[in-house]
Amino acid sequence: MTQDGVNKGRRRFLYVATGTMGSIAAVGVATPFVKSWFPSERAKAIGAPISVDIGTLEPGEMRIAEWRGKPIFIVRRTAEAVARLESDELVGRLADPDSRQSIQPGYAQNTARSISPDLLVIEGVCTHLGCAPQYRPNVEPQPYNENWLGGFFCPCHGSQFDMSGRVYRNMPAPTNLVVPPHVIAGTVVTIGEEAS
Amino acid sequence: MSSSKPAFMEWLDQRLPVTNAYEKHLSKYYAPRNLNFWWVFGLLATLIFVNQILTGIWLTMSYVPSAEEAFRSVEYIMRDVQSGWLIRYMHSTGASAFFVVVYLHMFRGIMYGSYQKPRELIWIFGCLIYLLLMAEGFMGYVLPWGQMSYWGAQVIISLFGAIPVIGDGLAEWIRGDFLISGITLNRFFALHVIALPLVLALLVVLHILALHEVGSNNPDGIDIKKHKDEYGRPLDGIPFHPYYTLGKLPMIIIFLMVFTGVIFFFPEAGGYFLEYANFEPANTLKTPDNIHPVWYFGAYYAILRAVDFSLFFIDAKLLGVMLMGAAIALLFILPWLDRSPVRSWRYKGIYSKVAIVVFAISFAILSWLGIQPATALNNALAKLFSVLYFAFFLLMPFYTKYEKTKPVPERVPE
Amino acid sequence: MKKILIPLLLSVLPLLGWSAGPSIDLDKIRTDVTDTASLQRGVQIYMNYCMGCHSLEYGRYNRVARDLKIPEDVFAENLIFTDTAIGSLMTNAMSRQDGSDWFGIAPPDLTLVNRVRGSDWLYTYMRGFYQDDSRPFGVNNVAFENVGMPHALLELQGLCAEPPTPITDRRFDPLTGRLITEGGCSSYAIEGSMSTAEFDEAMYDLVNFLDYMGEPIQKERERIGWMVLAFLTVFLVIGQLLYRELWKDIH
Repeated sequence: MTQDGVNKGRRRFLYVATGTMGSIAAVGVATPFVKSWFPSERAKAIGAPISVDIGTLEPGEMRIAEWRGKPIFIVRRTAEAVARLESDELVGRLADPDSRQSIQPGYAQNTARSISPDLLVIEGVCTHLGCAPQYRPNVEPQPYNENWLGGFFCPCHGSQFDMSGRVYRNMPAPTNLVVPPHVIAGTVVTIGEEAS
Repeated sequence: MSSSKPAFMEWLDQRLPVTNAYEKHLSKYYAPRNLNFWWVFGLLATLIFVNQILTGIWLTMSYVPSAEEAFRSVEYIMRDVQSGWLIRYMHSTGASAFFVVVYLHMFRGIMYGSYQKPRELIWIFGCLIYLLLMAEGFMGYVLPWGQMSYWGAQVIISLFGAIPVIGDGLAEWIRGDFLISGITLNRFFALHVIALPLVLALLVVLHILALHEVGSNNPDGIDIKKHKDEYGRPLDGIPFHPYYTLGKLPMIIIFLMVFTGVIFFFPEAGGYFLEYANFEPANTLKTPDNIHPVWYFGAYYAILRAVDFSLFFIDAKLLGVMLMGAAIALLFILPWLDRSPVRSWRYKGIYSKVAIVVFAISFAILSWLGIQPATALNNALAKLFSVLYFAFFLLMPFYTKYEKTKPVPERVPE
Repeated sequence: MKKILIPLLLSVLPLLGWSAGPSIDLDKIRTDVTDTASLQRGVQIYMNYCMGCHSLEYGRYNRVARDLKIPEDVFAENLIFTDTAIGSLMTNAMSRQDGSDWFGIAPPDLTLVNRVRGSDWLYTYMRGFYQDDSRPFGVNNVAFENVGMPHALLELQGLCAEPPTPITDRRFDPLTGRLITEGGCSSYAIEGSMSTAEFDEAMYDLVNFLDYMGEPIQKERERIGWMVLAFLTVFLVIGQLLYRELWKDIH
């Protein structure tokens, strides 16, 4: 057994080539294992877009739908509530009034955070730690806020949101509530689908 | 020497024998230089073991161990889970490949006398691995909860009922029910995915530790430790790594080509790896036409079925179970049945050579008979080859002792 | 002993082959799951004539639509007859109890039937109904004696007056390209809307679809398989070169 007269360059080349092929093989083998953790067809079917008929939803009323296991709040806002969204009294107290740091489709990046101003479609999942906020539409003093202008209140850690799901300043929640992709066709709201 | 080591390795080696273990088991484990292709199957078995563990863990992520949901969850894996079909086929093909490789590995041991002194313990650990592997394979086959799973389990567990006095109670205890049910399925699941793999892993470690203590056998059965150089290295030995690791790459790749060929082109392998009847959910009221175990149990099942006669006070059922058990038990005492002064069949006499060939043929034919329907002809053949199977072991002390052997060379021939 | 053994073995080996053989002669069919047009026709027959009783409950509509290149809205409109989402499992409204009451035994789910029975059997079965007035539904089947199922495709095939004989070969006329059917039904008690050749083609499509349904991934599986084998071939060459290089140290 001797390594005299070995062509070192050739041997090194073969080692590198084998190592490369081995690495490709390892990636190839890992692929199915990694892929299998992505949502399965069943998860996708359960997470498929849902349609809700809101023909009977009265102004000021909220309906909760379920999409991908998350509560989706659908609120028909009153004209006063919509008007109040622009008021200086409210906007000055918000952390991200223009929703620059928050997640929403482009068509909902406005004060009303919606396609049509009266209709709010929003994920009922607090951006702090995922609790479901409560709907408190009335303008009246609350234990947590004497000057409450209506909106959502998270019971877990006290985050407050306005009627567009915009978070108040100095709250545990960092950003506004998320607006899911949705389409409105007549009286039917479809959540999970982008307008084409 | 140590100055060339990176500081981190230095630090690590003072706390954990990493370099030491690497040298002992790989770079300075001296294996005979004349090993032929039969010596690849141990490495392949390890590779498949890793494959089974990994794919198995991933399968448990989507499999549901209950009588109501098991079958559906397997189809869920096959259709809805991304790449789930591939992971499942890797596991199901791996199970059969495991037995193919282990059978060849064991046959290698028989041909070249690898079980002989001083390797008896390696052989016994190996037999234990084989025994556990059979239990593992059997329980794994029950999990998809198809027709073959159910009825195969029914038949195999009923075998325990043949044991006198405690038999029926024992079978009931194993099932946890009066017949195979979801209760049985759940406990098999626990054993299949946790208990047996743990013990198997331990036995594999013991098998390899014992091997590395005494060193590998070789096709000539020469003891390479008799002749060493001034550094204590066997003159006929070469480092296991890289010569038998990277050096075995072509053979490993050829194996992988066959293995992936089955996975991607014949995952059912003509009904031998995945049986057709097992694509039908378990039906407790309807037995399939031909119930038989998977091919790797065929030989023992054929021996069991061949016994349709009673002997003295032992009835046929019990006798069959006893002979089936004996067929496996004989493997364990093989090191003490072989009285030959030489290891390899290259230097054994003509009787040993013929016996080994006849044994291999008998085992293959019995395996095949085990999955065929029980006709009169098949039964007669099963009897014949069962006798040959047992003759190989029981006559071994005589033919190995009295035959004329050839002298074994001191050094590995050039 | 050995001298007797070998001729004995040779003389019995041919017998062994028969012991596992099927009890009836089956029609031979070679399915082709890459023939999308055939699969599309097959799913159409299945949804119209079979789905009412036989679910495909391990599969999903949208998967079939995607694999068979049928747009989802077209599929939903023309092939789903219940009010169900395109992503759902392909179940049907018949409960097992109802099925049992109506047919004596609940109509089985057919997602995996091709993997259990094989394409040849299915093809024979679908073409194998014939008139038998002693049976509750007035029909029997050459592949499935005393079958508990009515002849669901009677309006297409018609009703064969006697047991059809098996065909062993699917051949096409080299000039016209049309299917030549040998064997099969020789006389009809009731005429169907399809000719014999048309019906055979339709059943080919149906069996082809069930083959696809049993394992929807099979086309993709083979495609990946070729890539893996190609990769391993290259790896084998490099591995062999490395082996030869390393073992120069020893020889």
